[in-house]
Amino acid sequence: MRLSRLGGNDRDRSAEGFWPQGERRPYGQITGWKPVLRIRQVTMDWKDFFRKIFLIDLIKGLRLTFSYQRPDAIYTEQYPLERPPVAERYRGAPRLNNHPESGETLCIACNLCSIACPENLIVVGWARTEDRKKRLTTFTYDLSRCMFCGLCEDACPVDALELTQDFEIANYTREGMIWDRQALEEGPQPARYTR
Amino acid sequence: MQETTFLDANELVINMGPQHPATHGVLRVKLKLDGERVLGTECIIGYLHRGVEKIAENRTYAQFAPYVDRMDYVAAVTNGMGYVEAVEKLLGVEIPPRAQYTRMILAELQRIASHLLWLGTHALDIGAMTPVFYTFREREEVLKIFEEYCGARLTTHAFRIGGLQYDLYDGFERDVKKFCDYFPPKVDEYEQLLTKNRIWIDRTRKIGVITAEDAIALGVTGPVLRGSGVKWDIRKAQPYEAYDKVEFDVPVGEHGDTYDRYVVRMAEMRQSIRIIRQCVERIAPGPIFGKVGKVLKPPAGEVYHSIEAPKGELGYYVVSDGTVNPYRVRVRPPSLINLQALDIMSRDHLVADIVAIIGTLDIVLGEVDR
Repeated sequence: MRLSRLGGNDRDRSAEGFWPQGERRPYGQITGWKPVLRIRQVTMDWKDFFRKIFLIDLIKGLRLTFSYQRPDAIYTEQYPLERPPVAERYRGAPRLNNHPESGETLCIACNLCSIACPENLIVVGWARTEDRKKRLTTFTYDLSRCMFCGLCEDACPVDALELTQDFEIANYTREGMIWDRQALEEGPQPARYTR
Repeated sequence: MQETTFLDANELVINMGPQHPATHGVLRVKLKLDGERVLGTECIIGYLHRGVEKIAENRTYAQFAPYVDRMDYVAAVTNGMGYVEAVEKLLGVEIPPRAQYTRMILAELQRIASHLLWLGTHALDIGAMTPVFYTFREREEVLKIFEEYCGARLTTHAFRIGGLQYDLYDGFERDVKKFCDYFPPKVDEYEQLLTKNRIWIDRTRKIGVITAEDAIALGVTGPVLRGSGVKWDIRKAQPYEAYDKVEFDVPVGEHGDTYDRYVVRMAEMRQSIRIIRQCVERIAPGPIFGKVGKVLKPPAGEVYHSIEAPKGELGYYVVSDGTVNPYRVRVRPPSLINLQALDIMSRDHLVADIVAIIGTLDIVLGEVDR
């Protein structure tokens, strides 16, 4: 016996292939549903009764839910506790590199990064030594205007200026976003939380 | 839109936006209503105007490249590709095949990412909550490839004038191939959720119909034009990069309604995967930079170059006066031109359908206002 959908309107929506062919399930063949005066009345046999008291359907549903609880299926990152791994080429906070052994700055004060920058946010200060060589004195980088395009790091001929993988560069003041040479050499110092 | 008369009880003018979440940004639409029925619409734009074209006049050619990523910020790679190709055309530079295929792979990945964002938000606007979670999961995979390649996820600045700044990272081909295998079953998943969904069909069929004649007359491009049955794709009509060397189909719709545009975009995602697969096979070792100098000084002249961005024809008109700065850069944004079809599409629909129509046009306000 073919029944209309109970409690809804009687438009036959299964006519035009609404359900895929293999999954077509006319209502009324599922269990013993019987319409009496448009009121749902359920007659249960002993199978349905056991299904109900042992919560079989609930367990089936929860099994699907918990199948997504595998550690490799979890997408959430517990951010302040775990930091997401960023790519090697990530363009984050700028850093002015020092020579790893001597500790002297690699910057030769050529001013190419300042010229390359679309926003003109880099100011390089230099002085001449006795033998007329350029020596870096100050280096100012206005992070509040930076869009991290990477043109300054491309322009640098000695790999002194580099956009690093540090991404925690928020600051409470606008003045704090303007980094001087010391801040650029040390890098950002974000608060680290532990569990 | 006609002027309303004072004390006309049947007509009501209300605002939608600019803070309405379904207007995809800061679009303000003035609706002229008769009850729930829309008599006409008027778009008020400019809330996100940043003067990108004017900025170009004070920057060198290379310096302007990061700014174009900020126009259509969900498809930054194709934006950058259009600009660098326009300047390359002006300079008369040939770029090596390795760079060409890399650009094509990234551009097609960006098309997929843009369509995924469109699908998720469009379905969310209409009331289907589920797809947005799935589409953002897959979009994340694309963005991871971008991050590994060029160091940024959204505003990528991936290409430079004359070629590529970055060579492919180790494992790029593996990642892309993995994505090509991973992605098509996910499209089936979206289609399972929506394509035969009765509510989805009721909300999209015969909604926002635009005929092919109207679409051509309004200059509408991209999936909106193809949804009306016009087979026009810049990748086929005026091939750039190496699109004439790869095989792909241009899916077209039939009725020009919201549902057909949905079908076209779903088919386009599959075609993009097909293009990516061919490009990955052909990518070969070689140089990644063409013959360009350190200082870009194109000869005086002008050039118009357009590409098929995810949203339609994205054109750049660059005028050079022989100095290092462009004299004028004019952008032909697909979103702005497609938005002009909103009025014709929304006549005689209900207010709730305006949301569906704005969604199906796939506008990005950063590009509309520039």
